[in-house]
Amino acid sequence: MTDTEVLGRPAKAARGVNSASAAPDTMPWDTRARRTVLVYLPLACFVIILLFPFYWMALTAFKPNAELLDYKSHNPFWISSPTLAHIKHLLFNTAYPHWLMTTMLVAVGATFISLMSSTLAAYAIERLRFKGSPYVGLGIYLAYLVPPSILFIPLATVVVQLGLFDSPLSLILVYPTFLVPFCTWLLIGYFKSIPYELEECALVDGATRLQILRRITLPLAVPGLISAGIFSFTLSWNEFIYALAFIQSSANKTVPVAILTELVSGDVYQWGALMAGSLLGSLPVAIFYSLFVDYYVSSLTGAVKE
Amino acid sequence: MSLTTTFPRGADRSKPGPLVRLFDYKPFLIIVCLTPALGLLLVFLTYPLGLGVWLAFTDTTIGRRGIFVGLENFQYLLTDRLWWNAVFYSVLYTGVATIGKFSLGFWLALLLNNHFPFKSILRAIVLLPWIVPTVLSALAFWWIYDPQFSIISYLLVDVLHIRTTNIDFLGTPWPARFSLIAANIWRGIPFVAISLLAGLQTISPSLYEAAMLDGASSWQRFRYITLPMMMPILAIVMTFSIIFTFTDFQLVYAITRGGPINSTHLLATLAFQRGIAGGELGEGAAIAVSMIPFLVFATLFSYFGLARRKWQQGEAND
Repeated sequence: MTDTEVLGRPAKAARGVNSASAAPDTMPWDTRARRTVLVYLPLACFVIILLFPFYWMALTAFKPNAELLDYKSHNPFWISSPTLAHIKHLLFNTAYPHWLMTTMLVAVGATFISLMSSTLAAYAIERLRFKGSPYVGLGIYLAYLVPPSILFIPLATVVVQLGLFDSPLSLILVYPTFLVPFCTWLLIGYFKSIPYELEECALVDGATRLQILRRITLPLAVPGLISAGIFSFTLSWNEFIYALAFIQSSANKTVPVAILTELVSGDVYQWGALMAGSLLGSLPVAIFYSLFVDYYVSSLTGAVKE
Repeated sequence: MSLTTTFPRGADRSKPGPLVRLFDYKPFLIIVCLTPALGLLLVFLTYPLGLGVWLAFTDTTIGRRGIFVGLENFQYLLTDRLWWNAVFYSVLYTGVATIGKFSLGFWLALLLNNHFPFKSILRAIVLLPWIVPTVLSALAFWWIYDPQFSIISYLLVDVLHIRTTNIDFLGTPWPARFSLIAANIWRGIPFVAISLLAGLQTISPSLYEAAMLDGASSWQRFRYITLPMMMPILAIVMTFSIIFTFTDFQLVYAITRGGPINSTHLLATLAFQRGIAGGELGEGAAIAVSMIPFLVFATLFSYFGLARRKWQQGEAND
């Protein structure tokens, strides 16, 4: 924050220097106009374009079908008589609540497993320090670069061999493959920021290493754990290709897959219900994320700064 | 002052059970801590990766164990027009989308790096396209690209009167290809912007102050301070972006499923169609494995291409 505040001032002054007048602050109107054109206008365009699909999604979800398909007598950018019919249809005539539950179960399960194993791994790599620890860390991190698109076919055969085909458990076990590498990397960074002296003192005082992990290192790493958790949860909620390949029965599908394969049928698309489903499916992630956005952005910033 | 009183739970120490002592034995603890993570990765990542390469050399189908057929799958792919199509579109998709994402994302990062009110709220809003599940926003794009009720067509035809007919976004090959690329760019901008913003904030303001005293213009400051300082982070973010764009699946599967007339198949969607939907596991695996050389090349290119500058400038400034 402070960096940009410092950075903001000379930048503004510089515009004054570049403009016709020599003194920076003698032409505030000119500066403000330049700033509007160079910063606010493009920023507004970005925000409108980035948010428009969500606006359109929400608008469609509450529009009665008559308005939805008639641009001539209704302004398409607004709803004259909003309706809950699409959402009602979605909640009571489809298995949507069930899909939501499955997705929630999978996301929470995968997040839990990932957080547990990556916390332990990061602790071992960063805090217990052994001969090969940097290489183990690098190896785990490189696993993140193996994309699911390469793995889903052999993984499908593995899942079948384990007898987990069509079971949400397969997703809970498979998702950590892309969650653990990133979480471990994130947590290594967090553990690094905790002074080693704290652990040494406790060690001298006779605490066991597990006590140190539980009572000193973990409490101090809570912000890192939270952001790793948010990351895992959103990615699990988002995952598509494994859920599409491993789950067959309608009841066990996750929201993204179910909407696409169960709600899209025939030639006539139920756009209202589809958009309502997308909106409801996006909300849990958006809410969850907005609660912790500061942790999230700061840890992303911290991770990148590394 | 005795040791037992300084650590609150020191009392435990007076009677450490054998189990507690075992957990205090460092090599044992290291193994215990690493087992869950490494176990998961070995069973569900390393093993499948090897199995995938093996499957690519067999004629396995769903329900039948395959036999080793050597390079037959790959020889077939070389004669397969659909595979070449997918290679062409994957490269085009990655190339154009990466250029779009990075130029717009960098611009957005520079804009967000300015000082203005509601900055943190704006940053949070900007991240939304990246947070929301891809398939769900892809559905919104599908609806935006609808042949009859597209809002873009409505704007062009009925509001701006630039065109007289609706655009058939997804029904014809080239518009479909670029519609998907546009959706991918839209989704990728936030991540690029926020990562680069983080990088921008690590540049010391004193560099800009010094440059300004020397009379550098804003373009010169961007060209000779911002850009070189950002190269290392650009290299990392771009390498990631290229890997995940090249192997993208969801967006194409949700919006066009590879159509019209297979013009928008990426290698990943083609692999899914052949391997899972079509049951030809061996051939699907071969298509998936054929992505690896492209990925390695793209990674080396983006990483070393961009990072090289940094080496040339020497270790002095780092």
